[in-house]
Amino acid sequence: MNDIITFNGVTKRHGDVTSLADLHLEVQEGEVLALLGHNGAGKTTAMKLILGLIAPSEGELRVFGAAPHGAEADRLRRRLGFLPENVGFYEQLSGREVLDYFARLKRVDRHRIDDRLEQVGLGEASRRRVKTYSKGMRQRLGLAQALLGDPRLLLLDEPTTGLDPAATRDFYATVRALRDQGCTVLLSSHVLPGVEPYIDRALILGGGKRLALGSLDELRRQAELPLTIRAKGDWSITPPPADLPAHETQRLNGHACEFRVHPANKMRVLRCLTTTPGIEDIELLPPSLENLYTHFSATESPRGQS
Amino acid sequence: MNAVLSVARKEFRDGLRNRWVLAIALVLAILAVGIAYFGAAASGELGFTSLATTVVSLSTLAVFLIPLIALLLAYDAIVGEQEAGTLLLLLTYPLSRSQLLLGKFFGHGLILAVATALGFGIAGIAIALGAPGVDLLALAGSIGLLIVSSVLLGWVFIAFAYLISVWVTEKAQAAGLALIVWFLFVLVFDLALLALLVSVERGGDWLPWLLLLNPTECFRLINLAGFEAARSYTGLTSIAEGGTFRPAVVTAILVAWILVPLGLALLRFRRRAA
Repeated sequence: MNDIITFNGVTKRHGDVTSLADLHLEVQEGEVLALLGHNGAGKTTAMKLILGLIAPSEGELRVFGAAPHGAEADRLRRRLGFLPENVGFYEQLSGREVLDYFARLKRVDRHRIDDRLEQVGLGEASRRRVKTYSKGMRQRLGLAQALLGDPRLLLLDEPTTGLDPAATRDFYATVRALRDQGCTVLLSSHVLPGVEPYIDRALILGGGKRLALGSLDELRRQAELPLTIRAKGDWSITPPPADLPAHETQRLNGHACEFRVHPANKMRVLRCLTTTPGIEDIELLPPSLENLYTHFSATESPRGQS
Repeated sequence: MNAVLSVARKEFRDGLRNRWVLAIALVLAILAVGIAYFGAAASGELGFTSLATTVVSLSTLAVFLIPLIALLLAYDAIVGEQEAGTLLLLLTYPLSRSQLLLGKFFGHGLILAVATALGFGIAGIAIALGAPGVDLLALAGSIGLLIVSSVLLGWVFIAFAYLISVWVTEKAQAAGLALIVWFLFVLVFDLALLALLVSVERGGDWLPWLLLLNPTECFRLINLAGFEAARSYTGLTSIAEGGTFRPAVVTAILVAWILVPLGLALLRFRRRAA
């Protein structure tokens, strides 16, 4: 596996403010990495550094093996797609004209613009002015723009803000298809439940520092958050065993019980529950990305506030 | 170079689409024909009088309108894209900041050039048709000079507009500053120079040189150079006695008035943070 992006102790300061502190990160080819964090956590700074819009104050950053701010910038930028947050595009142009302009600037084959528009579902609207587009259509036009010239690295800043659930699903389906073709994707998002199924790893930032990095499983192991087991059945026959290594948190209308269980005790609790008479169904709910995010950000915030 | 042309092409097409070219050409043509026809109304005559009066009137019109049009056309060139979010995106493209700004300059410059040529060209044709006794060759020469110098003057103020546009962070600020620039160069400068002229009792050989500090005065000097007869109407520029400034020199200075603010805008744009 090739490293597409390498942060080696990268720090970025703006005057007295440190927006990114000593970041170490390797992103491999064909990986979908989510950048998570509150506003001002350093997500946008990290993206701007990768895009070569700003230079690191300290440390070394390599994208496709070269410094993105240096002399190689032009070559790197042609292999890279970016979808900024809140891009307005040119209202008076049609979707097709917008793409035509960006394709010229990126020096890519303009004959494939129509394919791109079809790919993001804007084939019908391609000759209408952007002014008449809905938020979702603009976002899809932005994605089509980012996909110009088959980039090997895609940076998506808050790509699904303002999209409805169906549009969000479509959006991530496109991202997954790209990943399957070997494209590396970095995306930042506030909408954690939507992004969870589509990412390989998550980087959680807080106050410019790396709070956690890993796949969902790795993050769960690090966090050791209790998981939730929901057991449905007739609890009036047998009450839950008293020695269950879990605490019952909720009883829903006598038919379901929820337990919060430390991951190490998961199997013991499950064995115990499966042998309890009257139980018809057991659901296992591992901590979600949102729980993990809250957990890791909470470790930072007291210091982050000071 | 390719990127510069792509940006220029887009700006020019935008100018055609949002009717900038048409609007500028129409305003210039209508006002120019009106001034040529009614220019002598103050002295009790109607209709085309002499080429000298007409050229003086038209260049006064151009001094007021061209800078204003250029500033309006270009003041949001960079700050507008910044507010729309497209600037950030453009900067991640294989395109340098200088290429972006130069592309915009060529695009906006062409819009202004085409519109000015159309507007004053139509006016010239109307004068030729409406004034039977006029020397066509002299008219064509004067109108041609007026068009070329108006275009240069417009480019000066496009460059000023860019300097403003790369300096501020809000469109409203840029618009305000653009109006102040117009006000200073078109109105205040003349008044200040007049006051100075009146207060300086002796010497004052250096006074005409002050005219070169204002591109609109350079523009007047170029257009009125050929008209000894027009001297009585030219107001302040008449302090430059015949032959002080050769038109070629003044034209070069006007070109410098384009290059210096444009160069400063490029420097500022390249150095500022993304």
